[in-house]
Amino acid sequence: MSTRLATGGRFLDRNQPRVFTFNGTDLSGFAGDTLASALLANGRSMVGRSFKYHRPRGIVASGAEEPNALVNLGQGAAFEPNQRATTTEIFAGLKAESQNHWPSLEFDIGALNNLVSRFLPAGFYYKTFIHPRAAWKHVFEPIIRHSAGLGRAPKERDADRYEHFYHFTDVLVIGGGVAGLQAARAAAADGGRVLLIEQSAQWGGRAPVDGGQIDGKDPEVWINDALEELEKAPNVTIRRRTMGSGVYDHGYVLGYERIADHTPGDTRPRHRLWRIRAARVITATGAIERPLSFAGNDIPGVMLASAMRDYVVNYAVSPGDRTVVVTNNDDAYRTAIALKNAGLDVPVILDARPQAEGDLPRAARDLGIRIETGRAIARVKGRKSVTGVAICAQAGEGAVLEEIACDAVAMSGGWSPVVHLWSHCGGKLIWDEAGAFFRPDPDRAPISHDGQPFVATAGAASGQMTLAETLKDADSAGKVASRALGLAAGRKGAPKASQPQEGPITPVWMMPQGAGPALRQKMWLDYQNDVKVSDVQLAAREGYESVEHTKRYTTLGMATDQGKLSNINGLAVLSGALQNDIPAVGTTTFRPPYTPISMGAIAGEARGDIFQPIRRTPIHDWHDDNGAEWEPVGQWRRPYTYRRAGESTHDAVMREVKNTRQHLGLLDASTLGKIIVKGPDAGRFLDMIYTNMMSTLKPGRCRYGLMCSENGFLIDDGVVARIDDDTFLCHTTTGGAERIHGHMEEWLQTEWWDWKVYTANITEQLAQIAVVGPNARKILEALGGMDVSADALPFMAWADGQIGGFDARIYRISFSGELSYEVAVPASQGRALWDRLIETGQEFGVMPYGTEALHIMRAEKGFIMIGDETDGTVIPQDLGLNWAISKKKDDYLGKRAQARSHMTDPDRWKLVGLETTDGSVLPDGAYARGSGTNENGQKTVIGRVTSTYYSPTLDKGIAMGLVLNGPDRMGEVINFPALDGSATPARIVSPVFYDPEGEKQNV
Amino acid sequence: MLILTCPCCGVTGEETEFHAGGQAHLQRSGPGASDEAFEAYLFARENPRGVHFERWRHANGCGKWFHAARCTLTLEVFGTYSAQTTQPPQEVLDAIAKRRPGWTEGGK
Ligand SMILES: [Zn+2]
Repeated sequence: MSTRLATGGRFLDRNQPRVFTFNGTDLSGFAGDTLASALLANGRSMVGRSFKYHRPRGIVASGAEEPNALVNLGQGAAFEPNQRATTTEIFAGLKAESQNHWPSLEFDIGALNNLVSRFLPAGFYYKTFIHPRAAWKHVFEPIIRHSAGLGRAPKERDADRYEHFYHFTDVLVIGGGVAGLQAARAAAADGGRVLLIEQSAQWGGRAPVDGGQIDGKDPEVWINDALEELEKAPNVTIRRRTMGSGVYDHGYVLGYERIADHTPGDTRPRHRLWRIRAARVITATGAIERPLSFAGNDIPGVMLASAMRDYVVNYAVSPGDRTVVVTNNDDAYRTAIALKNAGLDVPVILDARPQAEGDLPRAARDLGIRIETGRAIARVKGRKSVTGVAICAQAGEGAVLEEIACDAVAMSGGWSPVVHLWSHCGGKLIWDEAGAFFRPDPDRAPISHDGQPFVATAGAASGQMTLAETLKDADSAGKVASRALGLAAGRKGAPKASQPQEGPITPVWMMPQGAGPALRQKMWLDYQNDVKVSDVQLAAREGYESVEHTKRYTTLGMATDQGKLSNINGLAVLSGALQNDIPAVGTTTFRPPYTPISMGAIAGEARGDIFQPIRRTPIHDWHDDNGAEWEPVGQWRRPYTYRRAGESTHDAVMREVKNTRQHLGLLDASTLGKIIVKGPDAGRFLDMIYTNMMSTLKPGRCRYGLMCSENGFLIDDGVVARIDDDTFLCHTTTGGAERIHGHMEEWLQTEWWDWKVYTANITEQLAQIAVVGPNARKILEALGGMDVSADALPFMAWADGQIGGFDARIYRISFSGELSYEVAVPASQGRALWDRLIETGQEFGVMPYGTEALHIMRAEKGFIMIGDETDGTVIPQDLGLNWAISKKKDDYLGKRAQARSHMTDPDRWKLVGLETTDGSVLPDGAYARGSGTNENGQKTVIGRVTSTYYSPTLDKGIAMGLVLNGPDRMGEVINFPALDGSATPARIVSPVFYDPEGEKQNV
Repeated sequence: MLILTCPCCGVTGEETEFHAGGQAHLQRSGPGASDEAFEAYLFARENPRGVHFERWRHANGCGKWFHAARCTLTLEVFGTYSAQTTQPPQEVLDAIAKRRPGWTEGGK
């Protein structure tokens, strides 16, 4: 059983105990502990259950690569699942619970899966998806649904605060081990701006645990000196607890700073996302040790050798009283030596190599540790914890030679450079035979905008596995980066380092090498997703030769740890099964983030009220004070209706429509887009932009226009007013102004750049109020100052002047079918004009109305709405708008497209009105069913509803829709089926339901 | 996230400042064009693995459209230039030739 040692622990402050809770039990650790080290110190080596078989799982690693120790952390609004215990610093009051078990960690029903594991092979999901169908629906799906996923989704709104931070630097160094520190020193020597980030709370990486000497000093002393130097340098910024999450195009890098995870409630933001732009990036991300594939390598108590000595040296945690070390390299002997030095027992070191004669094996022998070469673990004994190992020959098939009792196993299959960040943006890898790992190919680095490589690696991340080579490589990387930026590189050489000499590694991908099926079914590759050696071999037998396919078929490396421990081992097993070289099989793609980052950090401050900018009209506050129910329209907020006390929303809308039709309504139309098009060629230009002829419009007059894309589809509509010979004002839909302005500019700048035209989007310069209803003229006359009579200002005319003292432009246009004026004033006068209209309008029965009343009134008149009657596949001809398409023009955007065979097909659905036979309101978006079936055997559809409302004016449901041959089928009744099996019959009628002669608006 | 330099205002900005507008140097086919010519103009686009000429707008900046010569494979930018031209300027072609010896337009 694991426990706390009486002395030692580099990271611990034993004067600061920290009480925390795991699965409801209070436990104690020290400041400096991670949750993992504290759990181990309390004898909790089993921390979770695996995903598929619910096997007991213990802590395997000591850092970001940990696959097993995932916990639910926090409670309520601070709850978060899948937090790695190995990277969670403990604090007083921390609450964690283990995941993926029911009813308890010790007794778990899902572990039954383990007993039926031979029925859950690789590709299980795919196979059950295919056949038999009934089994999927009634047996597998319910089981999978119950057991799918690790952890729980948080239920409450996240109470924490997050932020984004922008940073620009010459050189970014990712990783604060000795390589990162030296690379930063070298890069900063000549004044370049350097940012150095380290994912953990401690600087220095592995060197203090692994030993050696740097410039004649202990690594820890050298690290502190280097840090002091960097802290003093004005051109260097350093940050702990900040992970390099992803490297993106042209030197864009995301850093993930965990500011207050370990100090919750101290008012600081919890996480900060660094949005870094660096001219050069150096990844000094170290290496990760690989597990060995032997039977039972997932039993709690089996741990990476390097992690084990981290726990001993950094956290004073004994992983067990008796630890068997199993390895294929010299490095693992460091663990045996560390354990022995801590007073713990190492009954044997099993070295799969035929001989072990390096400095470290010799030192271990000198300590009296038994070393067995050419030996392997046949299987680990124990269920919820290790009780012993059975030993066999590595060369054989697993015949047991000896059994040794132990309570922990330290394994080392060699090291793999952390190449993730190098690879994110296209850096390529080469297979290193001697080291048995993939390492970055410096000749094929990611390329920046200037065509130069912008990522380099340093130290172990380059595949340099000794202290001396690591420091030399890092020094060189820093200098190269500095030189690439045009700075002279420092003249100081790399620090000199010494270390015990290590013998060569022998790759071991399976232990023993001749293991039979029974053993292979207990060799875990991917602990989190429960992928075994036998699964990958099965995938290969079933024809999955591509590593990417095998990954998806077996789910190898697809868990939250993204296969940090399993990828290379799995790939080696696959290449063995395919009898192909490892480099020929290749790796899967490395994708950001390096480890999962919080959704909160990605969102940053963009939540709640500041999720996105809100556009407010000058009259916004009045609406807010007068019961407006807001409707988002693009980034604008428009009043949907103004609800009065005791009214329902529907009541309010009905009242607004009736009042506008009978008396007087006011609409804040300020959100309508307004674009000025000016210049000698403005008319010619608008003739191309609109389907109508705009160049013939007379100054002082307005014309309704349609805009199409070059593909012929209707994209916007609105009223155009000609101000003078050279100037037009084009109204666009609310929210369409920016898009349409961009559209105009694209054509002006990229196609007709010799035309003399300027455009300006003046949407926000003006407030615009629609004054609508039979009393509209009366109220404007009461304001006084302009002649708004039918003679002076006829329908579709506009005039400038002063009305009621306001500088106004009045358009006589109508989107409701009523007598209507739209009064535009400078934005600064908008609210005052609105107030005056409300005040003056009292005797005329004025009421404001919202967007829903606007919609109903336009639908009663059969006016189309972009986005309702159009969806990007509708042409004006579909909507009966041929009258707005000029026949005289040679060309306009969309004209050629509208002549294509599909566009002129007489079977295109066309706009009609729809009236239910019982007066009810048709469901929005409903489809009309025809007779018979289509070529896929589906029932044919012959139309759909595009707009549907209850009309208070007509006291019945009205709708518009696109219907096959609709205009030719007036009076016919068609059926609109509902989801519940019922169908609503509706009669095809003219889309103009109200005042078809236009007598109301033209008075 | 790419870095581009707007040739109109001179600002070197992040990709989020810009709006991509697809292939540059399109030759418009209008009324009177054959179905084939119109289809080629409206729908057929180059999709090269390598040098590509694109239309961009400095949408959150000066608002101007411009062209960029870019490598779709390595993402390096050979140059940006005015949209008011029917072909890439010589200095951009020279920059491409320097980085991609033997490259010819259209891959011929
Ligand atoms: Zn610009």
